[in-house]
Amino acid sequence: MADGCNSCKGLCGGKGLTTMKEGAWTNNPLAIQVLGICSALAVTNKLMNSLVMGVALIFVCVGSNLLVSLLRKHTPHRIRMIAEVAIIATFVILFDQFLRAFYWDMSKQLGPYVGLIITNCIVMGRAEAFALQNPPILSILDGIANGVGYAVILAIIGFFRELLGTGQIMGYEVLSSSWYTPNQLMVLAPGAFIALGFVIAVFNVLKGPDPEENK
Amino acid sequence: MNETSALVIIVAAIFTNNILLANFLGMCSFIACSNQISTAIGLGTAVTFVMTMTTMINYAIYHTILKEGAVLVPYDLTFLTFIVFIAVIAAFVQFVEMFIERFSPKLYFALGIFLPLITVNCAILGASLFMVIRNYNFAQSVGFGFGGGIGWAVAIILMAGLRQKMRYSDVPKPFKGVAIAMIVTGVLAMAFMGFAGMVTIQ
Repeated sequence: MADGCNSCKGLCGGKGLTTMKEGAWTNNPLAIQVLGICSALAVTNKLMNSLVMGVALIFVCVGSNLLVSLLRKHTPHRIRMIAEVAIIATFVILFDQFLRAFYWDMSKQLGPYVGLIITNCIVMGRAEAFALQNPPILSILDGIANGVGYAVILAIIGFFRELLGTGQIMGYEVLSSSWYTPNQLMVLAPGAFIALGFVIAVFNVLKGPDPEENK
Repeated sequence: MNETSALVIIVAAIFTNNILLANFLGMCSFIACSNQISTAIGLGTAVTFVMTMTTMINYAIYHTILKEGAVLVPYDLTFLTFIVFIAVIAAFVQFVEMFIERFSPKLYFALGIFLPLITVNCAILGASLFMVIRNYNFAQSVGFGFGGGIGWAVAIILMAGLRQKMRYSDVPKPFKGVAIAMIVTGVLAMAFMGFAGMVTIQ
């Protein structure tokens, strides 16, 4: 929990901007904290799916952060977990029903992974670590930042997997089939793991050496 | 409704459709708890048990209460599926924890610390959701829950073994930690793809 201490210090002294930067970049939920990778792997075989999943997560994260924050003074400490789960599940159900009503094909493609946002550690983690201690506006910002940080990485992985796996982006041919042989492996499971591994490694390089490592 | 026998589903859930390596479920605890073989075995056992039981309970609830035209309630309550499933899982885990703490302190010390982790393991909820999506009947659901749990346990134990060995290898700096773990998992998933074609479930 050494990391928890650090981020807490950053958050307590921080205002909106620090919150945003923290969530989307320096403490990116996916690439740095490695939370919520199940869906990051499962839905990123196409760019479109990744984008929809990103939007879903932003929506759920903002909604649940807001509600948890509004209720934070009225929630008894002992049952806060179950309260958080109930709130998160509510927003996930809203999004799922929306997809079913208007985008049935997308809903079919994402399968169980929309429902699995409930157990996505990012949403739960933000509710627990941030929204419980902070006022609603700041919590919304935190929700947006973390959601966006997650969505961006998802889009990056989705982009490369679709490009290398099928030679297309959102159905349009980008790498001509006359010289590029689509690498089927990228759209299958192993490609997902390897792509995420490389994204995390790139993030590690960009972030520079970890200051805590030398201690 | 498909007619695949429960036994086939068990084998498929372990090898060809491994819940972790093919469906990416339960990754968080897979990455966090795969440093030691003994931990991996404990967690794997707990997941298998909880997954088998919760798919059973969720199956019963879904088909008697939630489903359209169900026996007990005349309304279509499928929109409540998520919240009911996660509540069942949380309650069941809590119950099991209290039960084994009371009746088998030894087992409690072996498994106890892993149980709270399981509530947020997406593999458990995922197994229940797959059961609904794929229209499994009762025997198939139990087979899928059990096989899925075993499959998850096999994957995490393999991974723990690999990571224990990997401690002595010289990994490029940016890849240290999670990144190399993901790539190793990728290779593992590739190896499991070799089982494809043995049996197929949708």
